[in-house]
Amino acid sequence: MENFVQQLINGTTLGAFFGLVAIGYTMVYGIIGMINFAHGDIYMIGSFTALIGMALAGATGLLGDTGGVILALLVVLALSMAFNAVYGWSVERIAYRPLRGSFRLAPLISAIGMSIALQNYVQLVQGARPRTIRPVIEGNIVLMTRSDGFTVVLSYLQIFIVLVTVALMAVFTLIITRTALGRAQRACEQDKTMAALLGVNVDRTISITFVMGAALAAVAGLMAVLYYGAIDFYDGFIIGVKAFTAAVLGGIGSLPGAMLGGLLIGLIEAFWSAYVSTEYKDVAVFSILVGVLIFRPTGLLGKPQIEKV
Amino acid sequence: MSGDLPAERGPTDPAAATWDRVPPLLTVEHLTMRFGGLTAVDDVSFIAGQREITAIIGPNGAGKTTVFNCLTGFYRPTAGRLSLERGDGTHYLLERMEGFRIAREARVARTFQNIRLFPQMSVLENLIVAQHNKLMLASGYTVLGLFGIGGYREAERAAVEKAKFWLDRVGLTARADWDAGNLPYGDQRRLEIARAMCTEPALLCLDEPAAGLNPRESLELNQLLLSIRDDDGVGVLLIEHDMSVVMGISDHVIVLDYGRKIADGTPVEVRNDPTVIRAYLGEEESDELPPEVAADLGIAPDAGTQ
Repeated sequence: MENFVQQLINGTTLGAFFGLVAIGYTMVYGIIGMINFAHGDIYMIGSFTALIGMALAGATGLLGDTGGVILALLVVLALSMAFNAVYGWSVERIAYRPLRGSFRLAPLISAIGMSIALQNYVQLVQGARPRTIRPVIEGNIVLMTRSDGFTVVLSYLQIFIVLVTVALMAVFTLIITRTALGRAQRACEQDKTMAALLGVNVDRTISITFVMGAALAAVAGLMAVLYYGAIDFYDGFIIGVKAFTAAVLGGIGSLPGAMLGGLLIGLIEAFWSAYVSTEYKDVAVFSILVGVLIFRPTGLLGKPQIEKV
Repeated sequence: MSGDLPAERGPTDPAAATWDRVPPLLTVEHLTMRFGGLTAVDDVSFIAGQREITAIIGPNGAGKTTVFNCLTGFYRPTAGRLSLERGDGTHYLLERMEGFRIAREARVARTFQNIRLFPQMSVLENLIVAQHNKLMLASGYTVLGLFGIGGYREAERAAVEKAKFWLDRVGLTARADWDAGNLPYGDQRRLEIARAMCTEPALLCLDEPAAGLNPRESLELNQLLLSIRDDDGVGVLLIEHDMSVVMGISDHVIVLDYGRKIADGTPVEVRNDPTVIRAYLGEEESDELPPEVAADLGIAPDAGTQ
């Protein structure tokens, strides 16, 4: 029981984190029907930006007290989101937009190239070894204690991660469903030509979609820095594929689907690690990807695709 | 008028020289569109007047939709000039503008032969998307709107009001929350026109709006188009095969055949034009049309004697 509750907490935290990255995949797929394979690496760039930001905050002695920590987190969060947005925008502008209207595989291949380029760029600039940071948010709440001394803890960091994620997802859902921008995004998703005829700047709307996905990935990057304390240039790949799995599981193209898929993947990974084997947790996640693609390719919340003629 | 070179423009244009009607809204001069070896539109010039309904008719493959595609930025014309003069004195050269700028700045709206609504959005939302640019500006490109700064709420309310006004005009108020894709065919047609009108166009281009409508719906469409011309003061450019619509409401008819303009005038002039009759029926020695064909063309039995 205690173990179960603990894994539920850990899995939810992990799920929040996967969900944030998965939104980037699902939004881009929704609007241009392409898997942005460089998204995982955009996330990785975000984590490096966050790490550098937190390191700078530490060097200036800002992390001494609680107020300073909160201030530093907010500033680093905002800055890495902005910084990552620029990366997201540039990747779309350089690698995808010139290929729009080209054959379907072209942007996909370009995305893989972009992914490798970003990895190598960070490897060159930051080195190949994992970068580490001391814990920034410490302390926790003990929820339960078992007779043998096992305690179920909910750390402040986990609370922070889940709260920030829920808040951001609420804001993004609001943007998509209630604002003129979101309507334009949904219109472009359904018929780009018609959207342009109604005066929507389709290219800009697509750019903004990339920017939004990249900004959310930056938040996930900061969370990874705080949660794991160590990151390296290759992190983007595995996290990226897992988040992609989450997006597919939820139904690619669907925003609530990405959130649900992220949560499920987080929980599955946590429970699998706890009850089966830590070593095979990736196998479990990717078996789900295979299973979903075979048995329910539209995902849990996805709509069946009608082939446009 | 010399007009020996298609590149010559302005006063040399034959359509412009004889234009003595209302002020021109759209002036098409020497429009030519080639696809490889195929010339879909060949040196077509015409004028569509302000506050007028101008119909473009012609047999299948005459190049009518190609003209529309040039007007709305789908195609870049091989040659020719498309200028739009709005009543407020602003002037645009459409052939040099990107599609979304034609819609946003020159304010040309269009509908399609095969309906293109956003099927998974509600009827109301379809009409609000059409007011996208106004809302984007009002919300400070979303950023300010999220923090509730500026006139976003006001603009959003105005957009909904406008949408409701048009729902009322086309009789779809009761179905405002339906997914547009689930509407019956006739309703989809009217919604498409309402959506185009929500962009506040100066020129409304309709590609076969009466296709697939029953006679009653077709009559309602006529009323709607007349009211758009008279009450909203919007110029309408219309491609239509249904001659009851064309002859019933157009102020001015242009006939295309094989990409060339073969006639240009009032409905009465055009329907008695032997070239037009030939284009529709092939070479015909006799002047006598079979009565059912005459009825299809909208030629009244006594039309020839007028």
